[in-house]
Amino acid sequence: MSAVGDQHDPDLVIRVNGLDNRFGSDVVHQGLDLDVRRGEILGVVGGSGTGKSVLMRSILGLMRPTGGSIEVFGQRLNDPDDAQRIMSRRAGVLFQDGALFSSLTVLENVELPLKSHRPDLSTQLRRDLARSKIQLSGLPPTTGPKMPSELSGGMRKRVALARALALEPELLFLDEPTAGLDPIGAAEFDRLLRTLQRALGLTVFLITHDLDTLYAICDRVAVIADRKILAAGPLSEIERLDHEWIKSYFHGPRARAARHQETTQG
Amino acid sequence: MSTAPQTNTSADLVRDSGGDGRLVATGDWILDNVKRLDKKVDSLAGQGSGLDASGISRLDASGALLLERVFCRTGQDPASAGLSGQWQRLFEAVDSACDDAHEPEPEHEPQWRQVLARIGMATVEVAQSTRELSNFMGITVLRLGRTVLQPNRLRLTSTVHHMEQTGLDAAPLLILLSGLVGAVVAFLGATVLRDFGAELFVIDLVTFAFLREFGVLLTAILLAGRTASAFCAQIGMMKSREEIDAIRTLGLDEIEVLVLPRLIALLVTLPLLAFIATIAGLAGGLIVSVLTLDINLTMFLDRVQQTVTLKHYLVGMIKAPIFAVVIALIGCLEGLRVRGTAQSVGEHTTTAVVRSLTMVIVIDALAAVYFMEINW
Repeated sequence: MSAVGDQHDPDLVIRVNGLDNRFGSDVVHQGLDLDVRRGEILGVVGGSGTGKSVLMRSILGLMRPTGGSIEVFGQRLNDPDDAQRIMSRRAGVLFQDGALFSSLTVLENVELPLKSHRPDLSTQLRRDLARSKIQLSGLPPTTGPKMPSELSGGMRKRVALARALALEPELLFLDEPTAGLDPIGAAEFDRLLRTLQRALGLTVFLITHDLDTLYAICDRVAVIADRKILAAGPLSEIERLDHEWIKSYFHGPRARAARHQETTQG
Repeated sequence: MSTAPQTNTSADLVRDSGGDGRLVATGDWILDNVKRLDKKVDSLAGQGSGLDASGISRLDASGALLLERVFCRTGQDPASAGLSGQWQRLFEAVDSACDDAHEPEPEHEPQWRQVLARIGMATVEVAQSTRELSNFMGITVLRLGRTVLQPNRLRLTSTVHHMEQTGLDAAPLLILLSGLVGAVVAFLGATVLRDFGAELFVIDLVTFAFLREFGVLLTAILLAGRTASAFCAQIGMMKSREEIDAIRTLGLDEIEVLVLPRLIALLVTLPLLAFIATIAGLAGGLIVSVLTLDINLTMFLDRVQQTVTLKHYLVGMIKAPIFAVVIALIGCLEGLRVRGTAQSVGEHTTTAVVRSLTMVIVIDALAAVYFMEINW
């Protein structure tokens, strides 16, 4: 923690140092530190209302943190505009319910980032690129002309993933990607994420409640509790920690089932 | 700041000058270079006998798509291209996901058929929505009847809340608008009537106009814009968030919970607002008359008393409840017709305002003709 700002470790994609977030008298984060390493899937867990989404929104520049510093790709984000400029080019975001534009077709949704950031591409090439992202997300090419309202929840998430990947980001933010999916769909989505992350060499910041996702695909897990990152590390280490919330989270019946499934499969 | 984004990259696809005419791909095959590479692929891919991809230093999914095209044209086995290990995996992921069989482009119908189709659809839509509106009015009247028989079913808090929003909150704007229109009417009258030396009749003009038409019409127009849209958007958002379905599954009735309070609120407030608008219009006329014509306050009031009969007042006021029903029902109905998307909310809100405005003006015109004919 000695080298702050001046020396950049290229393996750290995101460095959050002493982040404070306060809404009125309500303290959400206090002195929160977090590193995200290149090429890993980091799972962020924590109870409801502990500020997982606030953390993500701070990094993305969707809100101005009360204090602390955030570095992304070695660049210090001084204000939200900075962050949004860098993030819109180099990071993709998948919001909780996909946040697809309901007035555009699936193909137009995926084309949109290309249209705004790469206006020089020909229409044909832009469409082809968008179509390949849709297929890469595991959707049939016939999905293109459909409207988001015609799709199931799982398909909407896949389209949102395709849109997040449109600009070939190095960094991917996912806010509860498997929430609201049935277990089979969730497992498929997990597998898809893992495959894409390996193939494209993505760094993934993943907020989740889904224990199956944690056991199946996360390289490291960060636990938010008591307004800071309580611990971050491989799952096997985190599980063993002696903290009330961690114990009840990782040693409840659901966690045991997820762990069991993971050991029998892998 | 060591690793700034690498933008100064190059990538190329060339035909090997020596011997066997293989294509050679080099550099960063990434989104930044895709435009240039796409042209190269188009112009060269048919010619080469094979591809040497060992010179590719970076690859992303966009570049992989182009590579796949080259392989497609040359018919080469991608594994033999010498792609370095870490990119081979990426390429395989893209290759296995993408088949080039696109969905067929939708065939465009000839223009004249599209025009005809749109006219047809608009006609059907008008017929359908008219039927829906009368249907909806019927249901609402039934529910209203039930509420009259069992008054404890009425949602009083909600009704009063809507009275405040549609009535009290609209009053200042309405007073300003009708006052100004009253002043304008007086000005117009003064300009025309001064030549005949009949300035006193300006008072008749303002009084007739506001008691019979403008008071209630201005109110209805304002509320059609202000309230019909609000009703539609409120109910529409609830509809798209499945709140209406929740109301039904809880054994409640959306007409009773959502529509009746709004309808009753408007039935109460619109006549009151119409009265306020009438007074404000007269006041506007009075101010102009006193300031610019040789008419003083006493003369004005005297003249008003002579010309105004209850008849004129009733001609105006009798329309108020009708307008209230039209505005409330169209606003609520369009809200209930919203389907899911944000765009749908916008479309139906527009429809709500346009329809209720049209209906208000058409009904007002018909009523004017009717009252003329019966000599009121």
